[in-house]
Amino acid sequence: MIKTKTILVALTLALGLSAPALAQDHSAPHIEKQNWSFAGIFGTYDQNQLQRGFQVFREVCASCHGARLISFRNLAENGGPGFSEEQVKALAAEYEVVDPTAEGGVRAGVPADRWPSPFPSEQDARDANGGSLPPDFSVLAKARGLTDPFPFWIFNYFTGYSEGGVDYIHALLNGYHEEAPEGFDLPEGKYYNDYFPGHAIGMAPPLSDGQITYEVAEGQTEVPLTLEQYSTDVSAFMMWMAEPGLVSRKETGFKVLLFLVLFAGLMWATKRRIWAGIEH
Amino acid sequence: MSEHSTYVPGSAAEKWLDERLPVARFAKEHLMDFPTPKNLNYWWTFGAILVMCLGVQIVTGIILAMHYTPNVAMAFDSVEHIRRNVNGGRIIQATHAVGASMFFAALYIHIFRGMFYGSYKAPREILWILGVIIFILTMATAFMGYVLPWGQMSFWGATVITNIFSAIPIVGESVLQLLRGGFAVGNPTLNRFFSLHYLLPFVIAAVVALHIWALHVPGNNNPTGVDVKSSRDTLPFHPYYTMKDLYGMVLFMIPFAWFIFFAPDILGHPDNYIQANSQVTPAHIVPEWYLLPFYTILRAIDFNVLFINSQLGGVIAMGLSMVALLVVPWLDTGRVRSGLFRPMFKWFYLLFVINFIGLTYLGAQPAEGIYTLLAKVCTAYYFIHFFVVLPVLSRIEKPLPLPTSISESVLGKAHA
Repeated sequence: MIKTKTILVALTLALGLSAPALAQDHSAPHIEKQNWSFAGIFGTYDQNQLQRGFQVFREVCASCHGARLISFRNLAENGGPGFSEEQVKALAAEYEVVDPTAEGGVRAGVPADRWPSPFPSEQDARDANGGSLPPDFSVLAKARGLTDPFPFWIFNYFTGYSEGGVDYIHALLNGYHEEAPEGFDLPEGKYYNDYFPGHAIGMAPPLSDGQITYEVAEGQTEVPLTLEQYSTDVSAFMMWMAEPGLVSRKETGFKVLLFLVLFAGLMWATKRRIWAGIEH
Repeated sequence: MSEHSTYVPGSAAEKWLDERLPVARFAKEHLMDFPTPKNLNYWWTFGAILVMCLGVQIVTGIILAMHYTPNVAMAFDSVEHIRRNVNGGRIIQATHAVGASMFFAALYIHIFRGMFYGSYKAPREILWILGVIIFILTMATAFMGYVLPWGQMSFWGATVITNIFSAIPIVGESVLQLLRGGFAVGNPTLNRFFSLHYLLPFVIAAVVALHIWALHVPGNNNPTGVDVKSSRDTLPFHPYYTMKDLYGMVLFMIPFAWFIFFAPDILGHPDNYIQANSQVTPAHIVPEWYLLPFYTILRAIDFNVLFINSQLGGVIAMGLSMVALLVVPWLDTGRVRSGLFRPMFKWFYLLFVINFIGLTYLGAQPAEGIYTLLAKVCTAYYFIHFFVVLPVLSRIEKPLPLPTSISESVLGKAHA
């Protein structure tokens, strides 16, 4: 009896907890999950990948997309792309920051400044992009997701799958078609994408093979200069922007879980000892 | 159970205190010596787990409130500020957000345990009703808390849920405006929800105190549902149940920590990482999972009944689903408490649990196609269980023979 009930409650929980995941778009095509270095219990960011992703972001994405919650200093913080403080200082100084207290209203950036927005206002952003608003990147990797068919989403709770957003972004960047399929009425100024809800996306295909040249440090293997590589790198960088503390969070989590399991074992032994000799 | 006190002040100071404010006596009687049936299983540890959940929410919530800004222009970014810049902020925020789900997981287990073992039956009706009040207050608190990060689901959830009140005849519109502080969800809504979200947990804590008081008058029910007959049936709460409850709490913290550290956002909706925008409606507006069963009941009534339109009908059905819980002690009038000795109830209970899971599942589905029909079926069964099955079973069911006492049943099990 106890066993059946345990299973039942477990099922109730699993189903109940998973229900929100079901609420997403059903018509979206299947998105392939990628092998991210930051997935799972021992997931950490790959510093080189984050640096490459930052390069893609800076050279391509940042001309339209903001990242208003990111400060330059974040780029030098632990668990991130691992730039040195000097590098970040130099980088920040390359940007002009609006500051009413400065002479002339602008000054060179410092590490404490936020990442400057490419457009002064939302309306300017829309005007420059055919009416579409390029979303801010700060938490975008967590603001997107994907839906697994029943019953596979149940397993996500046990694997801690939290990479739906980056899987979607990666798929989106690779999901462009030169021409819309026959019968699809593509509005003027829009582009056809397999994964974008409604398929008509305002963003032109942003990345293509060979577009960006990665600098290769001595002794490192060369990284392919392909759309696939760029999109993976920039997705990883976006995950870092959304979850800059992911690595330390997971490291702490491992210690906490280890402690709890051991502690539970001790508690179980103590409880048994106290209850020994009591018929119950 | 507090008539025969075993407390003897151990020192002059304790005696002095005891004559003025007998807190030590109270603690000895109610936290240590309190006679508790010896056969409680692990489903009974969820009461203590819930106290822990409430404590965790209050402590993390107070810290979050130190860094949060309840203003539509700043709320979203201030939550991100907590995650990014406040020391330990990501963990504290995740604990609070995951904590809400864990709270409800424990709450549902606690309620369903009570329903199976007949813990609502005499003399525990008040205890049960206080529990239902806690449940409703907790839903209100959680709903308002979900609005505070001011994401898309916060905003649209608030819009849909407050809109429910407009269905009330005559006063509906006024109530709606009072809740929102205006004609639409906006800054006044956010401010009053923040204020109430801070207030209600302390109201809940007060009702919890009454709930425990009402528990300590008749004492615990137990898996056999048979009353305590003698002191041979019971154990002092301490150390036996303090230890068992603590062990249960630590076990419960394992999945809790799993979500906090490895999937802090998996129980929420990605759309809530998009700042609230009154101009863009999300494709599907879904409340948090723990509100889904009742959301399904609300949406299931999509037809007019006589002069009652579908909107009011939905609200009545949802209200009635709570009323059903409140009056269940008088619907299920059978003398035998525990489902273990009720051969027919057992199966209907199982069906009810499955049906409830179905209601939860359907709440997350779009209201279209087969889902609307299933929602009606599940909603109907929810009410049939309370208003038909339970009263009929109490009359026609022939319960199995009960053990004469708890210790007899315990011994029987030990020798079997």
